[in-house]
Amino acid sequence: MNNEESDKKIKELLKQAISPAEHAELQRDLWPQMLRKLEEQPAAIGAVPWFDWALAAILSAILVFFPGSIPALLYHL
Amino acid sequence: MELLERFAAGDLEAFEALFRQHQKEVYAWIVRIVRDSGIAEDLTVETFWRIHKYRARFDPAGNFRAWTRRIATNAAFDHLRKARRETELPEDLAGAGTADPAVRRETREQIKRAFFHLPAKYRLVATLALIEEEPYNKIAEAMGISAALVKMRVYRAVRILRKQLNSLGVEVGAR
Repeated sequence: MNNEESDKKIKELLKQAISPAEHAELQRDLWPQMLRKLEEQPAAIGAVPWFDWALAAILSAILVFFPGSIPALLYHL
Repeated sequence: MELLERFAAGDLEAFEALFRQHQKEVYAWIVRIVRDSGIAEDLTVETFWRIHKYRARFDPAGNFRAWTRRIATNAAFDHLRKARRETELPEDLAGAGTADPAVRRETREQIKRAFFHLPAKYRLVATLALIEEEPYNKIAEAMGISAALVKMRVYRAVRILRKQLNSLGVEVGAR
C-alpha cells in the first residue's frame, strides 16, 4: 500500500470513528452566562499580566543571543 | 449610529444584540472543533468575552462574522492546547461515526485516541478538513493562515496518525 492509499484509508477510518458534528445546535440562550462573566471579569483593555511581559522578555533575549533558534521557533508556530 | 459602530463604542445593548444574532453560529463552529457541547458553550461565552474586550480594535466597516469566527477559532485552539494532556475523550459528539461493522470497536477507539492526542494545531485543521470536510480556504480564513499552510498541516496530521496507528498495530499501510 503506498502513501496515497494509506492516507485515504486513514481518512476513511477517521470517519468511521468520529462523526461530523454538523447538526449540533445550541440548546439554550447563553446571554445570562455572558452577563455573569462580564460582571466577574470586566474587560480591562491593555491590562497585560506581569508574567506575559516576563515571557516576552525571556523570548526576546533568546532570539537576540541565539538567533539560530528563530527557524525552530517559526517551525513550531 | 449603526449597530456595529455602537458596539465598537462600548454600547452594551448593541453587544447583546450582536451576541443574540451570532451565538448559535459561533457555538456551531466551536462544537465542531472541540466536540463537546458543554465545553463549546463555555468557549462561546469566552469568545464573546474576548470580542467585548477587544471591541475597540474592531473596524465597524469590517466583517463582524469573519472577525468573530477568527476569535472563536483561537478560543477553541487555546482549549485544545490546554486539554491535550487529558486522557478522557470527548463524549457528547465523538460517537461511533458511520460505524462499519468491519471496523472493530477497539480499532475505532484506538483511532479516536490517536486523533485526540494530535498536537492542537494539527488536530484543529484535521477536524475541520477531514471530519467536517470544510474547504481549506474557509479554515485558513478562520485561523488567519494561508490555505497552503492548512494543507501542509493536514498532511502532517495524517502522517502523525499513520505513525501512531502503525505503532499501535492498526493496519493502515505505508510507514
